[in-house]
Amino acid sequence: MTARWEAVIGIEVHVELATDSKMFCGCAVEFGSEPNTNVCPVCLGLPGALPVPNRKAIEWIMAIGLALNCQVSHKSVFHRKNYFYADLPKNYQISQYDIPVCHDGYLDLPNDGESVRVGIERAHMEEDTGKSTHVGDGGRIHAAKSTLLDFNRSGVPLVEIVSKPDIRTATQARAYAQELRAIVLELGVSDARLEEGSMRFDANVSIRPEGSDVLGTKVEIKNMNSFRSLERAIDYEIQRQIEATGSDSDVIQETRHWDEEAGVTHSMRTKEGSSDYRYFIEPDLVPMIMDETWVATIRNKLPELPAQRRERYLGQGLDESSAGVLSDSPAMLRSLYDETVSLGADTRATANWLTGEVTAWLRKTGTEPADLRLEPVHLQELITIVDEGVVSSSAAKEVLEGILSGEGSARVVAERRDLIQISDSSALAEVIGHVLEEHPDAVASYQEGEQKVVGFLVGQVMRATQGKADPKLANEMLREALGGS
Amino acid sequence: MAIDIDIAHVARLARLGLTDEELEGYKSQLADILEHAARVQSLEGDPHPGSAHPLGFDNAFRDDERRPSLDREEVLSQAPEAMDGFFVAPPALETE
Repeated sequence: MTARWEAVIGIEVHVELATDSKMFCGCAVEFGSEPNTNVCPVCLGLPGALPVPNRKAIEWIMAIGLALNCQVSHKSVFHRKNYFYADLPKNYQISQYDIPVCHDGYLDLPNDGESVRVGIERAHMEEDTGKSTHVGDGGRIHAAKSTLLDFNRSGVPLVEIVSKPDIRTATQARAYAQELRAIVLELGVSDARLEEGSMRFDANVSIRPEGSDVLGTKVEIKNMNSFRSLERAIDYEIQRQIEATGSDSDVIQETRHWDEEAGVTHSMRTKEGSSDYRYFIEPDLVPMIMDETWVATIRNKLPELPAQRRERYLGQGLDESSAGVLSDSPAMLRSLYDETVSLGADTRATANWLTGEVTAWLRKTGTEPADLRLEPVHLQELITIVDEGVVSSSAAKEVLEGILSGEGSARVVAERRDLIQISDSSALAEVIGHVLEEHPDAVASYQEGEQKVVGFLVGQVMRATQGKADPKLANEMLREALGGS
Repeated sequence: MAIDIDIAHVARLARLGLTDEELEGYKSQLADILEHAARVQSLEGDPHPGSAHPLGFDNAFRDDERRPSLDREEVLSQAPEAMDGFFVAPPALETE
């Protein structure tokens, strides 16, 4: 097969909202509680129990939709999606069908140079199911002897975001998922923890000859619980489909399960057609009207989104990489950046300190970013004294440590810890004189044209001053003393 | 008018194990219901415009406030089988 193939990928993302109470009842939304302690007649599907939607969840899905440039439907309704599974006690999931809360948006992916726009088909509101654990031989689902059920998750507000099939590579898929996560975190509507399942991905993957606009047979892959496994699973699936095409085992429409350990996808069962879900309007719930005033209120409360923030940082002179790193940094560090820069500090230096040494210090000391004690004015002063050559850049790291340990301002710490650079030429001249006397061989080599011995001599000057000499000045003065060039 | 129903499929979706005889009986009953619905749909004029809900109101929400949940022992005592705080159900995946 010599044809070149391209992949057509769409991603479905499920995001659990971090409301206090569930979507249709007052039970707590809490990860890690004792099984079946946050349950009531509504989320257990007991006969006669009636659901009442959580207003905050509706406002939060509107915020998600607006952040994804979606239209918010003027009128939206809930549907019942009917199927049998042990984790679904009512035998239907309250979901949405043809009139989702949000539709027709897009998300631009951060991408060096070339920008990728991924269309958003819809974002709809639904309820999560209970959690099932299969027990039996070796934990394998097919060999399970029975299923244990915990309904704490049943009825947790769940937003499903469906992309258009605009994604072409596994790398783009990963970037899409990561950007989406950054957005919901910024909105503060979900803790979006992949390892706890509060954010989950499914991918629809097909292949077609490059340049063609027909769609190939679509395979849905599930069970990717990290960004890395999302990327790996899609890469694997694209390759599998290319190899299967035209062979005896042609690609069929199905759902496949990603096996992280083996690095392969396994067939699960043939995909049921959507008509088998027999969607119909949920008769226990009345329609929702999202009028312009309500939508405007939500829109006005949107925070600065990651893409806007990166754009602002680029405008302040940061490069793409530091703009991205800073944008993904904790809110505490970002506001420190803003405050320090507003005092007139250099943007690049400020970003470098915060995403570099300060972040490393937090990690090293196990300090939560929110507990960081760093006055913007101290950081600004530190940047200034490095710039003025008062402290060397390596001594500056020690100054920072002093500031973070509460020893005072940058200048105070530098003095107390004896880190001020010797940039006074008369003081340095004396040291240089001694060094040259002690190393006549080096001086001779230099005079024979061995320029690089200057490095060695600078090293000796630094040693003699316990690292406090300004290396740049020492270098200049050494060359002068050695006789020009 | 003749309405074609795959009654075995309908029974499978509802997880009903019916005999051939029962399937035939339900097929004709279901056909009667669908034919009646089709007759209503074909009525001239539209005295009642389509609506999502017969009640004439919308936006019935609740505030995001917690309310007490049920006692677990009481909940699990209603189940045919329970273990370590969990409901126990038969294996979930059919091995067809």
